Amino acid sequence: MDFNLNLILGQMVLGLVNGAFYAILSLGLSIIFGLLGVINFAHGVFFMLGAFAAYMLSEVFGIGYWPALILVPLMIGALGVVVEVTLIRSLYKLDHLYGLLLTLGLAFAIEGLIRIVFGPQGLPYSIPDSLRGAINLGFMFLPYYRAWVVIAGIILCLSVWLVIERTPLGAKLRAATDNPQMVQAFGINVPVMLTLTYAAGVALAGIGGVMAAPIMSVDPAMGTNIVIVVFAVVVIGGMGSIFGSILTGLALGLLEGFTKAVFAEASSTVIFVVMVIVLIARPRGLFGKMA
Amino acid sequence: MLDIADLDAWYGESHVLHGLNMQVPDGKVVSLLGRNGAGKTTTMRTIMGLMGKVRGRLSYEGTDLLKLRPDQVARKGIALCPEDRAIFPSLSVHENLMLPPIIAQGGMSVEHIYELFPNIKERSSSRGTQLSGGEQQMLAIARILRTGAKFLLLDEPTEGLAPVIVQQISRTLAEIKEMGYTILLVEQNAHFVQGIADIHYLIENGHIVDRLEAGEFEKNIAKVDKLLGL
Repeated sequence: MDFNLNLILGQMVLGLVNGAFYAILSLGLSIIFGLLGVINFAHGVFFMLGAFAAYMLSEVFGIGYWPALILVPLMIGALGVVVEVTLIRSLYKLDHLYGLLLTLGLAFAIEGLIRIVFGPQGLPYSIPDSLRGAINLGFMFLPYYRAWVVIAGIILCLSVWLVIERTPLGAKLRAATDNPQMVQAFGINVPVMLTLTYAAGVALAGIGGVMAAPIMSVDPAMGTNIVIVVFAVVVIGGMGSIFGSILTGLALGLLEGFTKAVFAEASSTVIFVVMVIVLIARPRGLFGKMA
Repeated sequence: MLDIADLDAWYGESHVLHGLNMQVPDGKVVSLLGRNGAGKTTTMRTIMGLMGKVRGRLSYEGTDLLKLRPDQVARKGIALCPEDRAIFPSLSVHENLMLPPIIAQGGMSVEHIYELFPNIKERSSSRGTQLSGGEQQMLAIARILRTGAKFLLLDEPTEGLAPVIVQQISRTLAEIKEMGYTILLVEQNAHFVQGIADIHYLIENGHIVDRLEAGEFEKNIAKVDKLLGL
């Protein structure tokens, strides 16, 4: 091991790019788990579908990256509504385990379907013209697109957090997470709220997918690959903590980048090592409220 | 008017209400007195649509409430202040107050609520659960006055509170009554309801055992005390 500061800083900045995706995905998972009590194993699939939707919009309709950033979450959110109403809704009265099994099965089924239609190979999606090029940070050349992912990802996550913590809509969500029955007794249609929350959570994953399309390979397994890490992030951060999941996502991206620079062989396992340590020392996660 | 006839309700296998009959006329305060486990809270929850298995008749202004979801019952202008107060711990006092949506015109303004409950105004940015028991109770009542609901279900509002707070709640209820609200008041505190209720129902083992007009309450107080186990 030799320590090269520029290399370390460079890898940590790139790690932050992954961290932004971890944060976006674990944020959605946290919101869904908090209100619905469902561990959404299909979350990665919605991320992957987001990337494929961006690809299809571009290939079939010639619709570019920027409109896709708006259109794709709407499409994925609509799909989320269908999934919640037809499948997930029937699980609320059952143990969490059933939700996990159903969404895992759903993930396999959708991923298989995409593989049949598009094949297993990665598909190209180009970086929008306005974000081509790179900036010299002194210690590295950072592609504009990656800088955009980090900044937009953080802004997106903080906006969602602000909506939840500071608006009447967010207060409804928090109240329904505390005591859904009472919220419904006040005249709020909680079943509709659950549907929309699931839709919003997976729409976030869809935005993540669009943002990932230009820098990750658009392939059927991309969701599964990232969601395994994201579940470790959620376990470390603690289920149900919104801010915790954002912070943990970014921090673990940084850690992954750092490890890549100093001990590359461990970079894909370091998050799981942290997960094991956190599970031993603090089973409910760093920010988790529940056991 | 709320009309309950031959109402049965179950918690899972446990049969709690057995042919309950009672009426709550508009603009009246009606008390429902009974011991723990007599079925008082279950009656409230049944009205609100929160019980899974029910049978019988339950109508409010001609609408069959048994067919409605809790949010639809609330939209008819019925609001619950539950026994545990159900202050949301993740919400500030102000957010708790503003949470229930306005369901009809004529609800109390926030200014008026703050006038009635000055403590709540002072603590409006605290977490809901940082309030004292009495303040939480006031917040739970205040919360449903804003919505325009005209029929209030108050489940043991004085439970576990200091006498001075009970007096304050009593004054508040008198004021609310003056404003024309209809109130179904579940209590174990006979003294508290005596000053305020127009009609008293006594409940035991899931059915009504007696109905007393306000004027008859005093001479039947021995019967009431016996029912409440005093």
